Amino acid sequence: MNPSASRIKVQPATESEGRKDYIRIQDFGFWYGAKKALDAISLDVPERRVVAFIGPSGCGKSTLLRNLNRMNDLVDGIRHEGDIQIAGRSIYDPGIEVISLRRRVGMVFQKSNPFPKSIYDNVVYALRIMGVTDRAVLDEACETSLRKAALWDEVKDRLNDSALGLSGGQMQRLCIARAIANRPEILLMDEPCSALDPIATGKIEELIHELKAQFTIVIVTHSMQQAARVSDRTAFFYLGKLIEYDTTEKIFMNPSQAQTEAYISGRFG
Amino acid sequence: MTQPAYDNSAPKGEPWVWFTSLGLIIGLTMVAGLLGLVLVNGFSVFWAPAVPTVKLSDGTVMMGQLAQRRVRPDSPASNPKYERQYQVGLRELNGASYVWVEEAKIAQEDFSSATMGLERMENGPAFVTPVAFVNASGSKVPLTKATFNDLLNEVERASEIRSELNTIQRSKIGAVNAKMESTRIDLRRAEDRGEPTADIKAQLAALDVEFNQLRALSEKVLAKNALAKIEVRDARGRDVVLPMATIVRAWLPNDMSAWDRVSLFFSRLREFLFDEPREANTEGGLMPAIFGTLVMTVFMSLLVTPFGVIAAIYLREYAKDGVILRMVRVCVNNLAGVPSIVFGVFGLGFFVYVLGGSIDQLFFSDQLKYNNNTPVFGTGGLLWCSLTLALMTLPVVIVATEEALSAVPRGMREASLAAGASKWQTIRDILLPASAPGILTGVILAMARGAGEVAPLMLVGVVKLAPTLPVDMVEPFLHFDRKFMHLGFHIYDLGFQSPDSDAARPMVFATTLLLIVLVVCLNLGAITIRNRLRARYKGASF
Ligand SMILES: Nc1ncnc2c1ncn2[C@@H]1O[C@H](COP(=O)(O)OP(=O)(O)OP(=O)(O)O)[C@@H](O)[C@H]1O
Ligand SMILES: [Mg+2]
Repeated sequence: MNPSASRIKVQPATESEGRKDYIRIQDFGFWYGAKKALDAISLDVPERRVVAFIGPSGCGKSTLLRNLNRMNDLVDGIRHEGDIQIAGRSIYDPGIEVISLRRRVGMVFQKSNPFPKSIYDNVVYALRIMGVTDRAVLDEACETSLRKAALWDEVKDRLNDSALGLSGGQMQRLCIARAIANRPEILLMDEPCSALDPIATGKIEELIHELKAQFTIVIVTHSMQQAARVSDRTAFFYLGKLIEYDTTEKIFMNPSQAQTEAYISGRFG
Repeated sequence: MTQPAYDNSAPKGEPWVWFTSLGLIIGLTMVAGLLGLVLVNGFSVFWAPAVPTVKLSDGTVMMGQLAQRRVRPDSPASNPKYERQYQVGLRELNGASYVWVEEAKIAQEDFSSATMGLERMENGPAFVTPVAFVNASGSKVPLTKATFNDLLNEVERASEIRSELNTIQRSKIGAVNAKMESTRIDLRRAEDRGEPTADIKAQLAALDVEFNQLRALSEKVLAKNALAKIEVRDARGRDVVLPMATIVRAWLPNDMSAWDRVSLFFSRLREFLFDEPREANTEGGLMPAIFGTLVMTVFMSLLVTPFGVIAAIYLREYAKDGVILRMVRVCVNNLAGVPSIVFGVFGLGFFVYVLGGSIDQLFFSDQLKYNNNTPVFGTGGLLWCSLTLALMTLPVVIVATEEALSAVPRGMREASLAAGASKWQTIRDILLPASAPGILTGVILAMARGAGEVAPLMLVGVVKLAPTLPVDMVEPFLHFDRKFMHLGFHIYDLGFQSPDSDAARPMVFATTLLLIVLVVCLNLGAITIRNRLRARYKGASF
């Protein structure tokens, strides 16, 4: 069986499908050892929409995000309660392999982390891991994902150069290209623009707009403007609790919680 | 403006700067002194100085190369008396190659342009006055400055014949001997089992014929050198006839151009590097020892790297943190501090006797049974030397690899896992390439330690003089069971086990110099590879 075949085909993006609740987080609590980092979080992310997580530093945004692809499994002494479901199936289901989960849920980190390999090898890494060796498939995937990440024109003549020779913003876009190369269904982005200049940030925001047609995106950001620009829905966290979760418009124009309003208007955090 | 109080105090660090830098200076001076000593003494072996004819007040005359000069141990410090050591050579006539002379007794010292130096296959060099030489066709030619070049040609021709003879005796006859040996084992086995032996006997007879042919050939070649000889007169006026076949080099130490001296220097250096030793290792070349050291070090690195890297991967990536892991780490680190001779004893006891013995029992039982119990792997050899040193240097590689693995940025690891890679894929594709430079650093350290180690090797397979090289053109090309020569052991053997310690001393320095150069070269090679890798994995960032 070719594992990549099912994911390579592009899913049609229709309005009606986008309404389905794709990620469902239910009463989710999380501990690092004895420290409770998340407390009874419940929220749903619709398919092919962008959800922004905002909140002051240390409130647990990254923790929740890193639970969606079980990256937190790497940390010793963690514990969770409640459940997270993706497409109707619990990610903690013993029948689900963490590896296949991570293939479906791509991740872009706050600090860009390209491998010390060529640009090409970076982009097709996930495909190679899955056992794809057909050069044509790899070439095609490399070009499409680099184009989607708005990096193709800048690097198309130097695909075999080391990725470490790129600029910071290019590296971050390369990491995005790498994360979408194997067509995951969900893309998690943890402050993807925190190290970037306004132009690169703009490019990545544009990119998020485009990617929305195919991927469900969860983005953590410290920039209110960015959350307002790119997301359909926004979740506000405070001290490990989900304070408010609604359409972005509502959160920014007319929040129902006083804490949310205070945070958005910059009065704390 | 007033200065704050703390600004008024004198700088406090100064004395410590001096103190610490003094430590560094002392250390560096000692290293530089050591290298300088080795360099000067090592290179002087190849240099041909002028050779005086020394007349003593008691009337004795001698000719020789000044070897050293020192204060006589019995002379008062206020009025030191010196004595000199001359290398006079011609051991068969003079009894000893080196003679001590009190400086006060030297009546006259002159440098006759006729004096000739001869390097010989045995009994040390000779410093003589030339008379005549007989060439290969038997005609006698007076030996003067004008005919000296003809003599050199004769010497050259004789040495070609010598090397031809050497090829026949060492390689061809050696190969026939080895074949005879194994055929005899076959014969004994066949007889023992009551199998037909006619075939084997025929083979043996054929080999015997071949052997006799080769012997006849070698005698014929030898005969080509029978006529040529040199007639000379020594310092005391004795006439001496030296067969041309025994002469390695001839030169006129007091009448040669600077260019000749330099080319003599390089000719000797080349012999030192590429030829085999003679005269109980005190002269000739070191090729077998250089080769043995290199091969052993390379095998050791090939053995230690995979073991060390695999062990480190397990320790760093898979093993659960806990008391046991911490204890294993402590043990590994302590292993690095165990004296090397302990590894030698272990190698002898376990590798040679237990492992080698069992290998012999299992795979070479015939050899044991029909060849007077001569062990194959059950005795010291290249394999056991490499394994013993690999074991000794294992901690270095483990520690370096662990360090390199943990130095890989967490982000890289997470990126790989987030892309859906398994742990093993992450290790193979990301962690190992990224830590390759660090691993190589460990291997470099291991090589540096292994190449210079002598004590354990003496127990598990290094010998003073090995008839064969561990790698050659005879199947199976790589002879892991063979004993071999090693530069470090060579130094020890020359310096402390040699019957003629005066003759050996210059070679000790030259060999030491060579060992240092070899280790430096090995390290430079590895460092170059590491820097290449580093450049690949460390681009510009941000
Ligand atoms: N590996 C860890 N071990 C222990 N505690 C952790 C770990 N990672 C995070 N925490 C704690 O969990 C809490 C939430 O951390 P998290 O990284 O999710 O915050 P965040 O909202 O992403 O903050 P920021 O905006 O600064 O990135 C913090 O109090 C943090 O100290
Ligand atoms: Mg965070």
